[in-house]
Amino acid sequence: MSPGPEFTLPHGVLDRLLPMHIVVRADGTIEHAAPTFRRICPAADPVGLGFFDLLEVERPLKLVETSDPGDLADARLRLRFRGQPGVNLNGLVTVLSPRSGYLVDLSFGIAVVSAVAEHGLTVADFAPSGQTVEMLYLAEANAVAMAEARRLIDGLELARDAARTASLTDGLTGLGNRRALDGWLAARARDARPFALMQVDLDYFKLVNDTHGHGIGDAVLKAAARRLLGKLRPRDDLARVGGDEFVALVEGPVDEDRLKLLADRLIAAIEKPVSVGRVQCRISASIGVAVSRRYGAPTLEAMLADADRALYAAKRTGRGRARILAT
Amino acid sequence: MHGLINKGLQGFLTETYGLDTWARIARRAALAPEGFEALLTYDANQTVAVLDAAVSMLGKPREVLLEDLGTYLVSHPTTEPVRRLLRFGGLDFADFMNSLDELPGRARLAVPDLRLPDIETTEVAPEAFVVICRSDFAGFGLILAGLLRAMADDYGALALIEWQGERPGGERISVRLLEGEYSEGRQFALSRGETV
Repeated sequence: MSPGPEFTLPHGVLDRLLPMHIVVRADGTIEHAAPTFRRICPAADPVGLGFFDLLEVERPLKLVETSDPGDLADARLRLRFRGQPGVNLNGLVTVLSPRSGYLVDLSFGIAVVSAVAEHGLTVADFAPSGQTVEMLYLAEANAVAMAEARRLIDGLELARDAARTASLTDGLTGLGNRRALDGWLAARARDARPFALMQVDLDYFKLVNDTHGHGIGDAVLKAAARRLLGKLRPRDDLARVGGDEFVALVEGPVDEDRLKLLADRLIAAIEKPVSVGRVQCRISASIGVAVSRRYGAPTLEAMLADADRALYAAKRTGRGRARILAT
Repeated sequence: MHGLINKGLQGFLTETYGLDTWARIARRAALAPEGFEALLTYDANQTVAVLDAAVSMLGKPREVLLEDLGTYLVSHPTTEPVRRLLRFGGLDFADFMNSLDELPGRARLAVPDLRLPDIETTEVAPEAFVVICRSDFAGFGLILAGLLRAMADDYGALALIEWQGERPGGERISVRLLEGEYSEGRQFALSRGETV
């Protein structure tokens, strides 16, 4: 670049306009350093030091190889202080005159936010005509707005989780509801491992409700839920799908003998008397079972319909019985 | 009205008069006790309803409440981010006053959908300013007056700040800077977490 007509500028003026510049003599010695450069420079006084001794050039490659001050002319630099890998600087070199050397103006580039924190820089450290302070303002405003957005999203996330849990839960027993059962069955259908759907219908429960009222009825339902859960394994699912109807999804192996045994144990658990205060209630349960093997792609609708048929077949033979749909 | 302004009003009422009082004000304004979200936008009537409820509940003039809100936005620990962002506006209070017209633009840079009222500042004599604030929301100038008073304190400047009422062009505030470096003021470092 042609230097154009000359005019003299006192260092003080240049220091204010370009607070991060240095002047490098033709032999590579630093002749002058502006105040902000001095603040970030690890050496107590950079004047008199060799440019390439103090600074490690990363780009352009030519300068990395030669470390020849003559190659500085008009270079765009990526560099950092030797032994300080963290702080990267950008630089532009202009030729002052072939005799007097180079003016190297430096900036932090995008790393300015962390550089300000690290060196405790102030407004006075930046050129008043530059946009650095506005950039810092924007970075901080952005951080504040993001934190607020994150807070809002976290709140909505919590609310959504709570709503989802509530929408899948039977309020009285804490078991899953029909909607939860839908999801569980769909997951098991995808999983393709065999399972059985057991529809458990409480017998004589209406009598408890009619005789002792809903308060006692609710307590009996809770006890029934607890007892059923107690007989199932952790990986089985249990939902309450109607007033006195429960549905269990039971993991394999799903042979008829094992399912019969489990159904009998569930019925026996339900038949144990329930004491609520001074009232003692006795109920029973009938169970219909459908097995996933029967279906190409098991659906809740199909399995419930079949389990229901098995349940009513069981009820026709008396209460407290279980029936497994022949596979 | 932008949620940030509503949230500021809620924060002011909650932290100045307590959570119970806020809950009563919210109920009276037909608002859920959780109140406003800073990043959502609300109907201006809701802001007016909260303000009306606060005025009648606290028995304070609307003018006083709005000015106190402006002061709260700068001087309370909760609103420290607002104070910091405002301090980017100038090296000292006079510098800040000279860049006050940029305030809506700066706010928009931070939160693109935040619309602050138009602010027009004229230096009528050395260190004496007239600020005209134009807004659909009557009383914004009062908030601004309270905010300027707190900013003067923050910079350590001694200034006379007076809301002079509605004029044809908008609300008018007179600012007279008596002494730029009257007290120490509060620290401001470019970097958050630094107390240089």
